[in-house]
Amino acid sequence: MKNKILLYIFMTTTLSVILLSCESLNDIYAPREPEEHDLLDGPIEGLTSAQQIQHLNGDLAFTDEVFTAAKGLGPVFVGNRCASCHEGDGKGHPFNGFIRFGKSDSLNNPYANFGDGRNQLQNKAIPGYAPQVLPKGAPYSLLIAPAVTGLGYLDAVSDADILAMADPDDLDGDGISGRPQYDYPPEYVTLRPNSIPKGDKYIFRFGKKAVTYDLLHQTADAYNQDMGIVSAYQPNEPYDGLPNDPEVSDKTIGDVVFYLKTLKAPIQRNQDDPKVIAGKGIFNQIQCAACHVPTLKTSYSPIETLSYKEFHPYTDLLLHDMGPDLDDGYTESYALTSEFRTPALWGLGLSKDSQGGEVFLMHDGRARSIEEAIILHGGEAENSKNKYVNLSVLEQEQLLAFLNSL
Amino acid sequence: MQKILPSTYLKTSFFIAAFLLINYGLSAQDLKFKRTVSDTTSHMLSMDANYNRPSFQIGNTGVAIGGYFEANSIYAVEDGITDGLSFQSPRMSLLLSGSISKRIKFLSEIEFEEGGKEIAIEYAAIDIAFDPLVNLRAGIIVNPIGSFNQNHDGPKYEFVERPNEAVDLLPGTFSNVGFGFYGKTYKGNWIFGYEAYLSNGFDTSIIDNESDRTSLPESKENPNRFTENFSGQPLVTTKLAIGNKKLGEVGLSYMGGQYNKLEDDGFELDTKARRVDVVAFDFNTVINLTGTAIMGEAAYVWVDVPDTYTQQFGNRQWGWFMDIVQPIVKRKILEWEDATFNFAARLDYVDFNEGKFTQTGGEIGDHMFAITPAISFRPTAQTVLRLNYRYQCQTDILKNPSVQTATWFFGISSYF
Repeated sequence: MKNKILLYIFMTTTLSVILLSCESLNDIYAPREPEEHDLLDGPIEGLTSAQQIQHLNGDLAFTDEVFTAAKGLGPVFVGNRCASCHEGDGKGHPFNGFIRFGKSDSLNNPYANFGDGRNQLQNKAIPGYAPQVLPKGAPYSLLIAPAVTGLGYLDAVSDADILAMADPDDLDGDGISGRPQYDYPPEYVTLRPNSIPKGDKYIFRFGKKAVTYDLLHQTADAYNQDMGIVSAYQPNEPYDGLPNDPEVSDKTIGDVVFYLKTLKAPIQRNQDDPKVIAGKGIFNQIQCAACHVPTLKTSYSPIETLSYKEFHPYTDLLLHDMGPDLDDGYTESYALTSEFRTPALWGLGLSKDSQGGEVFLMHDGRARSIEEAIILHGGEAENSKNKYVNLSVLEQEQLLAFLNSL
Repeated sequence: MQKILPSTYLKTSFFIAAFLLINYGLSAQDLKFKRTVSDTTSHMLSMDANYNRPSFQIGNTGVAIGGYFEANSIYAVEDGITDGLSFQSPRMSLLLSGSISKRIKFLSEIEFEEGGKEIAIEYAAIDIAFDPLVNLRAGIIVNPIGSFNQNHDGPKYEFVERPNEAVDLLPGTFSNVGFGFYGKTYKGNWIFGYEAYLSNGFDTSIIDNESDRTSLPESKENPNRFTENFSGQPLVTTKLAIGNKKLGEVGLSYMGGQYNKLEDDGFELDTKARRVDVVAFDFNTVINLTGTAIMGEAAYVWVDVPDTYTQQFGNRQWGWFMDIVQPIVKRKILEWEDATFNFAARLDYVDFNEGKFTQTGGEIGDHMFAITPAISFRPTAQTVLRLNYRYQCQTDILKNPSVQTATWFFGISSYF
């Protein structure tokens, strides 16, 4: 009898696991799904089924596809998969930081014959190859990869809206004079329908110094310059600048671009916290919002759910002079060495979840806290920084609480 | 890996039968099967694994055939997301052995994984006994690194999954073409054993793979493993084991060699010979008072990764696992004599990338920890039904918040 009871207990337990709705056991034993506002990744709402499938395909290519030497990695490279620089779709970590070098103005490129002449240092190499070494005396910047969430919204902002925020000659006298980056787009991109060019140059908006036109340009560039993966869009090897057969398909690149376009905007947390509300007021009061513009809107997008939406990135997509402390003496495109495109602040409070529990802020990760990042602001942001320094301790805490809520 | 249709099972069985009939001239009279039972829960030196498997003896031919089979169901939840319930048949292994003469034996294991999608000869070697301390083994050998690699049969364990240390840190199962010597000697309750082999070794997929970390690949990942040694240098594997019939067994093993190739067809591929070295420690014991069986294994791996490569691929790794099995009931149940209920638990830990980031001095992550409580029922020593719950925390290279996975397993595994 005892034997049968034992056997029944074993079988009943087993069958319970198999046959009962496992969903009902989830609450008891399974790890909970993180709150949506604690995650940077995830798709925007309103995608069709077909769009969700393409988003998923892009996610797999972006997050999981690891390039090996056999799949075309390198031979010189910076990272071996997209997500190695954007873990969890968040900011990068110094271990996968990258160096751009060579140009100190828009006219001369003394290192046009170095590698592929693109001025990004591929500082790692597959066995048997030597990585590139920074030429002695060359001006350079160390760069940390940005978060990639919400990029579809930024991509869909109209040129007119960007120009409306620009004030290159500081006509309003507030000491802030943002200007758009204009450059020649590569042939393979599709120009935005309501673009406002200046001659043959168009407004560029992605990158630390706004040197890529759109997300296709950015993605093809990253495959090529970061991983040494050539595509039909960018067929030259960064190692020697010579053309090679595509190592990634147009479809995969298209899926990754779609994935980046359809990543959700980071969701602000603790919005009703009085400290956060007060901090938001201080953010506006000390003119942080003059460059880190809280609210933008999209124009038409082929992805219907992105069209004509208001969103809160805290950027103006313009170049600003950030002062001598952040001036590395290196520049890209037509930006000055001290100019950087305003980075979006959304997702700032979640940076530590993609940077290993710490934060590495500013273009090169030198700021180890949000407060330190504020103090490093200079140039057009000098006044705002000084106002922050002069805030009371409570006000500073409120401002930091607000920034951490983003 | 070549895709194999399920019908291959039938074909393989046919060929094995034909092999037996042709090579051993079997008559109908000979084809009487007699079960030779090994007590798979008994305490022996782990190097005896190949000789300690239950099988059917075919008449008086000296030929024995057997194997084991596993089937299980799995329900996993990762950070609140589940793909639902799945049923798996991860592997079926056929064991075939024959006594060619009194001192010459042939043993083999052919493994069919995932319903025949992969077929691999895991073991096929001839043993020639000159002396109990001097036996020559040649063929496809299972490298004696740690204990689990040679003792990987599913029915031996109360856990559906193999330990991470034995399959993700060390390659599991790792077998290669090679040869060497082994032997044992006895004195009182003490047993001493050794193994020493030279074999084909690893290749550069250790640091050039899609798992995005330094990873010693299973030998079957290299399709040329039976014909070519990638580096041209032998892989050395040695093991010393000391057992005591009352206390248990400890083993210390080493495996190492060059994994890269310096040139190919006159073209320089690398400037330096790069090594992989592994040291493993294993133990097992039974506490007589309670009948508690405890076994474990720890391994440390050094890989010479080029300084110019990415730190994603670490040059040091280590990990361990420990199994505790407590029989609760052992008696006749239904028609089964000595049926056993066990409570068990397994702890797994692997650090896939030990060290600090060059750029920040911060500790590199990429480690995992798992705990697996289990209940098992063994109607016989050769068959086990097991119910496992596994909770795992996996941290990425940056030590971002860990991915947490809870998994229920129910499975059956049996020798046949």
